[in-house]
Amino acid sequence: MNSVAEARPISSAAKRGGVARLARKYAMQIAIVIVLLLIWAFFFWRSPRTFGAYDIYNALMSTTPYYALMAIPLTLVIIAKEIDLSFTSIMAWGMAGYDVVFLLFRETNPSLGVWLGFVACLLAGLFAGLLNGLIVVRLGIPSLVATLGTQFFWRGVVLVVTNAQGLGMTPVKATLLYPALVGRLAGRIPMQFVWMIIFAIVTWFFLNRTKFGAHVYLSGDNTESAKLMGVNVGRTKILTFTIVGVAAAFAGFVVSEGVLFLWPTLGEGYLLNTLASVFLGGTSVFGGTGSIFGTFIAALIIAIINPGIVAAGWTAYWTQLIYGGIIVVSVSLQAVLRRRMA
Amino acid sequence: MSHVVRMENISKTFGEVTALRNVDFEVGTNEIVGLLGDNGAGKSTLVKILTGYHQPDPGGRIYWKGDKLEHLSVAKARDLGIEVVYQERALADLQSLWRNIFMGREIANRWGVLNLAEMRNETRRLMTTAMGFTSAAITPESVVGAFSGGERQGVAITRALHFQAELIILDEPTMGLSVTETKKCLEFVTGIKGAGKSAIFIDHNIFHVHPVADRIIVLDRGAVAAQFLKDQISLDGLIEMLSHVARTGGLDADNRTTT
Ligand SMILES: Nc1ncnc2c1ncn2[C@@H]1O[C@H](COP(=O)(O)OP(=O)(O)O)[C@@H](O)[C@H]1O
Ligand SMILES: [Mg+2]
Repeated sequence: MNSVAEARPISSAAKRGGVARLARKYAMQIAIVIVLLLIWAFFFWRSPRTFGAYDIYNALMSTTPYYALMAIPLTLVIIAKEIDLSFTSIMAWGMAGYDVVFLLFRETNPSLGVWLGFVACLLAGLFAGLLNGLIVVRLGIPSLVATLGTQFFWRGVVLVVTNAQGLGMTPVKATLLYPALVGRLAGRIPMQFVWMIIFAIVTWFFLNRTKFGAHVYLSGDNTESAKLMGVNVGRTKILTFTIVGVAAAFAGFVVSEGVLFLWPTLGEGYLLNTLASVFLGGTSVFGGTGSIFGTFIAALIIAIINPGIVAAGWTAYWTQLIYGGIIVVSVSLQAVLRRRMA
Repeated sequence: MSHVVRMENISKTFGEVTALRNVDFEVGTNEIVGLLGDNGAGKSTLVKILTGYHQPDPGGRIYWKGDKLEHLSVAKARDLGIEVVYQERALADLQSLWRNIFMGREIANRWGVLNLAEMRNETRRLMTTAMGFTSAAITPESVVGAFSGGERQGVAITRALHFQAELIILDEPTMGLSVTETKKCLEFVTGIKGAGKSAIFIDHNIFHVHPVADRIIVLDRGAVAAQFLKDQISLDGLIEMLSHVARTGGLDADNRTTT
């Protein structure tokens, strides 16, 4: 073997090493794309009529962002070795902020009310995320417990504030926010999908190209040594929770606009899809490693399963089973891959 | 001799446990101090106070080059030039070599955007000049979790020297290393002296401490049991003295040598 390698011109050997290294480095990302393609090919084979038409992709691009907008920033929290279970309620809590502010202006200036309500929504999300971070970091409560608590808390606040009443969102249609958030780009691409891409690029940039991102990785990988080396682990974690809070409020607004109605139960049902996107995407629950690209692709995988099963002519009962199977198999494969690479 | 650091009357209790009791400790300029002592003697606790990780109990005083330090924090200690190579894993195993070298001190512009090229190039330079990594298998992008124990200590010590540390603290850096890796690590320690810096070298293997240290301090159950210049004691004498400490928990007044 050695002699063969030695006989090669150095440049080619180096290049080969480079390709192998890149393949190793991006093994997780490559694997997840292959999983998506395999699942897609399977569904295409089973029901070419459905998967050969634009409709299904339009539907996927419309609804995947509803949870992917949260899964993408949630990846930061999990890389930092924390978890957030409260974002489903923060979606509704943000909209409660919108509700209250909008109602103040409904009679006088509904458009202004929509805009101010949107700002209130994001600020409410920011506050809730910041509170999560402070409880976890300053009080030292494990995030699993802390955010389980705030999940119930914000849901309760929403029910009290809105009196469990919904609110029509039609006034939003009169503002630029509607086309900007849930309109169509070039008449085809749902804007929420464009936002999902924007979220992914911006989050990727912060994670991989800034000091903050470097500190997110270090905080999750080796908290003690990161602290000893002067990384402000607490501030970094608080910031990740805050970002998820804002993103959840934003997602809450997008979802409500998508259906033009604010339900007080908004967000319920998004927990598992969102978490599954992060873990299926190759982010380790042990912290220190993960990728935005993986979360992005995994969100699409999660989204495609349900319509795929229906289109394939099976009953929707199969959904959960296959869904669970894919997650367990993929995450196990990742664990094996990771051990191989170490 | 002028002192880099001087700690006076340092005590530290963790609830019921008294880790340190009225310890006086100092490190001279360009001096390598060997800190010896059994497991649980308080060695790590003492250096963690010096790095701002723990606060001493009230009454303890720390002087840096003659100036009294109030409320030493990790950040402040690092700004002063105190660097640690910890006994616990000092590296982030899942991160690349360059991310470890620049851990907490990333080169970035004022918006916090990393200068990747500069950090990678600097890492590549350090790999050949300081770490002695010649294997083509290791690049600045290599994940350090796959490195050998000696390579890891090399990374940690290089990191400290690179950032112009005045005082480098090594807490059992040879733990878990093979014989050749240990030798390599001791060379790094000698290199600290050669670079004109000071060091505190903790190890409970006397055979490691004796050759590289200028002065040796023995901690026992949270108190200084003895200290002497290396020239004042032979390796055999040191061994005999340590077993005496272990037996009796201290030294008789006439046995105690001070500098
Ligand atoms: N964070 C801590 N909390 C409680 N006890 C501690 C802590 N750190 C050290 N100790 C105790 O203090 C004593 C000295 O520990 P340490 O400084 O680690 O000793 P050494 O490094 O010499 O082996 C031990 O009894 C240890 O259990
Ligand atoms: Mg120790």
